[in-house]
Amino acid sequence: MSSIKIRAKLLGEAIQIRILIVHPMETGRTLEPQTQQSLAAHFIQTMTVLHNGEVIVQADMGSGISKDPYFAFMLNGGQLGDTISVDWSDNRGQHDSASETVK
Amino acid sequence: MALSYKRRQFFRQLTGLLAAVCLPLPLAYARWPEAHYAASPLDATLKQLFNDTMIEPSDQIDINVPLIAENGAVVPVTVNVALPAVQKIYLLVEKNPVPLVAEFALSEKMQAVVSARVKMAQTSDVWVIAETAAGLYKASTTVKVTIGGCGG
Repeated sequence: MSSIKIRAKLLGEAIQIRILIVHPMETGRTLEPQTQQSLAAHFIQTMTVLHNGEVIVQADMGSGISKDPYFAFMLNGGQLGDTISVDWSDNRGQHDSASETVK
Repeated sequence: MALSYKRRQFFRQLTGLLAAVCLPLPLAYARWPEAHYAASPLDATLKQLFNDTMIEPSDQIDINVPLIAENGAVVPVTVNVALPAVQKIYLLVEKNPVPLVAEFALSEKMQAVVSARVKMAQTSDVWVIAETAAGLYKASTTVKVTIGGCGG
């Protein structure tokens, strides 16, 4: 199953894009209670949002973004049925992508 | 003929497969500016990001955050910049070990409105810096955190 949930909704003249990604966003500074070992850093570093294949948002982030990141953006123009795609990659080289049509 | 057709088809499929495997890579491993996310004081991060470029305070940047965050691990932030030609929005938390939380490069088609959820280690100022065609603008607001964001 995809780690990404996208909701793209036409609101008047603009499209509201909401993105929810399942990801631990581990900072590398949290100590595990039993062992007192720090949990290895594991966080999304880059996320790209595309509208019909064209990049509209390029986001870089650190581990200061909360676990299971949520983002919302507003796109001017666009129509019902347009495609919004999202892909992310993290510091371990994992990545995922998903697409959703504008409703 | 049958052979060459198969061969052609094979190469076509191979090209498709290679494209599928290789193309997402440059996107997926797009350069991540590691130096921006160093664990350093806010001043050092700002210097790293903007060198010594003037950052003007602006009342055109609206930061919507809770006054008191019960849980520093998840603080919802909505930024609305009413300045023209916003190219990039930077989100920072002054007292986090890594002050820079995220940077959003927005295309011309985007409104300068961004929501995200951030971690806050302790009560701190949340900074937003907007990079526009005319220069850098900033605004900040304080969020009181009652439980820290880093396992506290």
